[in-house]
Amino acid sequence: MIDRDQVLHVASLARLQLSDVEIDTMTSELSNVLDHIEKIRELDLEGVPPTTHVIDVVNALRADEPEPCLPVDVVLAAAPEPVSGGFGVPSPVA
Amino acid sequence: MDSVTSLIELTATGAAERVRAREIEPAELFDVYRSRAAGDDLNAFTWVADGPPTPGPAPDAPLGGVPLAVKDLFCTEGVPSQAGSRILEGYRPPYTATVVANLMRAGAPLLGKTNQDEFAMGSSNENSAFGPVLNPWDRSRVPGGSSGGSAAAVAAGLAPWAIGTDTGGSIRQPAALCGIVGLKPTYGACSRYGMIAFASSLDQAGPLTRDVTDAALLLRHMVGRDRLDSTSIEFPGEIELPHAEDLAGIRLGVPEELAGDGIDPGVLESFKATLKLAEGLGARIESCRLPHAAHALSAYYLIAPAEASANLARFDGVRYGLRVDADELTEMYSRTRAAGFGAEVKRRIMLGTYALSSGYYDAYYGTAQKVRTKIADDFADAFATFDFIVTPTSPWTAFKLGSKVADPYAMYLNDICTVPMPLAGLPAISIPSGLSAGLPVGFQLAGPAFSESRMLSSAYALERAIGFDGSPARR
Repeated sequence: MIDRDQVLHVASLARLQLSDVEIDTMTSELSNVLDHIEKIRELDLEGVPPTTHVIDVVNALRADEPEPCLPVDVVLAAAPEPVSGGFGVPSPVA
Repeated sequence: MDSVTSLIELTATGAAERVRAREIEPAELFDVYRSRAAGDDLNAFTWVADGPPTPGPAPDAPLGGVPLAVKDLFCTEGVPSQAGSRILEGYRPPYTATVVANLMRAGAPLLGKTNQDEFAMGSSNENSAFGPVLNPWDRSRVPGGSSGGSAAAVAAGLAPWAIGTDTGGSIRQPAALCGIVGLKPTYGACSRYGMIAFASSLDQAGPLTRDVTDAALLLRHMVGRDRLDSTSIEFPGEIELPHAEDLAGIRLGVPEELAGDGIDPGVLESFKATLKLAEGLGARIESCRLPHAAHALSAYYLIAPAEASANLARFDGVRYGLRVDADELTEMYSRTRAAGFGAEVKRRIMLGTYALSSGYYDAYYGTAQKVRTKIADDFADAFATFDFIVTPTSPWTAFKLGSKVADPYAMYLNDICTVPMPLAGLPAISIPSGLSAGLPVGFQLAGPAFSESRMLSSAYALERAIGFDGSPARR
C-alpha cells in the first residue's frame, strides 16, 4: 500500500510534476503493483548476501590519462540553452 | 519468383554469402530493403536511411553489406536516437554506440532505427511516444516489446536482421510473438556504451533475426570488451556458427515453476511438442526446480525501476532533449519531466524512487538483491545437472492491441519466463516453435554464462527439426 501523501513525497524526490488525476491513478496503480511485489518480503533471506554484480569481474581499472574528447560545440549542439560554452539553466533560487 | 521476392526470402547469412560470391551487389540489396522499410505500414521504423553509406562496405566484409535495423535507443551519430520518448524527440547524438559501430565496421550498414516501448519499458510496444507497432502476423495484435519494432521489421521482411536490447525479456518476448529468433547474451558480452540506459545491471544488446545462424553471425560481431564500458568482458573464444545435427547427450531441464500454471494451453502444447522433437534428436529431458523463480518477477520489478529512476535522472532539460521553461530550476526539471515522459515511464520512476527512498531501501531494493542471489544459486544448481533450462518464452501469444494497457501488473506478467535469466546475468535464446491459432509461439533455452555457442548449436538442431515457416508474415 502507498497513500497519496507518499506519492506526492516520492514525486518530489523524482522531480516529477503530477496532475491531480495522475496522483490518484498513481496511488492506486502503485498500491496494486506493490501488493504483488511485497510477497518477496515473506522469504527467509537471513544471511543471504545481496548480488552486487552478476558476472565475476575484478575491478576494471585504467591509467587516468587525458585523452581527446568531443569538441564543446558538438556537445552543446543538442542543448536547449547553450550559454558561452556551457549549459544554461534557470536560477536555482526562486 | 521475381528477383525482389527471392532476395527477401534469403536469410541475412544467405544474402551475405551471395554478396561475397559477387552474385548480388550490396547497393542493390540495400535499395530493396530501404524501399521496403520506407514503405513500412507496421510503424516498425522511426527513421529510415536515405541511401546506402558511402563508401560502402568492403566486398569481403564478414557481414556482406547486409543492412541492419537498430533499436531506437542505440545512439547513432547524427541520426535520431529517441528511445521511443517524447523527451528525446529529434535528438541526434554526437557519437555511435559501440555495438552498432562494431557491426557497421563488420559490414552491416544502418538501414533504419526501430520503434520501441519508451526507454525499453513495456512488453507490447504500446508505450512508444511514436505510436504502437503492429504485429505482421495479425495487425490487430501487438508485436511484443520492448524491441517490438526490431522484431516486427525482421518478421515482415522489412529488414534482413536487427538488434535490440533485453532487460527482462525485451528481445526474447517480441521475437517469440513475431515468430523470429531473439538472443540475450551473457551480461557483459556486449558493450553497453551508447545504449540509452534503462537498468544498467540487466541491460544487454542482442540480435533479432530470421534464424539461428543469422543470430550467431550477428552476435559474433557484436561481442567484445570495450574500454568505454567497464562492465564489458572479452568473450571467451569466437561465437561459432551452428551446425549440430542432433541433441545427442544434451540434458534439458524443464522448470516446474515456469512451464505449467499461468501458461496458455496453446503455448504449452507447442512447448511440449518441441520437447518431443528434442527427445527424438537425442536430448534427455527431465523436470527440475528453480525454487525462487516465482519471486523473480517481484525482484525484477523492484530492481529495474530502481535503476531506471537513477538512470532517467539525466533527462532534466539541461543537456539535450525537451525543456519546458520555468523561472526556477527545480520547477523546470519537474515540468520538463512531466511533459516528456509517458505514463509507464512515470510509473516506473515512481516505483523505483519509492523502493530506494529512505526507510524502504532495505525492505525493497535490499531484499530484491538478495532474491537475485537465490535465483542465481538456483540456476547454478540446475546447471550442475542440465546443459540448458527450457521454457516457453512468453506465457501467451501476441495479444490484442489495448487489451492489457489498463492493468500494469497484468502487462508485467508477460515477463514471467524471461526475467529470471537477466537477474542471474545468463544468456537465453527464443526460437519459434510453431503456431497456436495462427500466431507464433516461442521456445526458450537458457544456459550458463558464456555458453552462447553451445546454446546456438542446440537451438539450430531444434530449429531444423521444427521447420517453422515464417514466410506468411513477409507477404
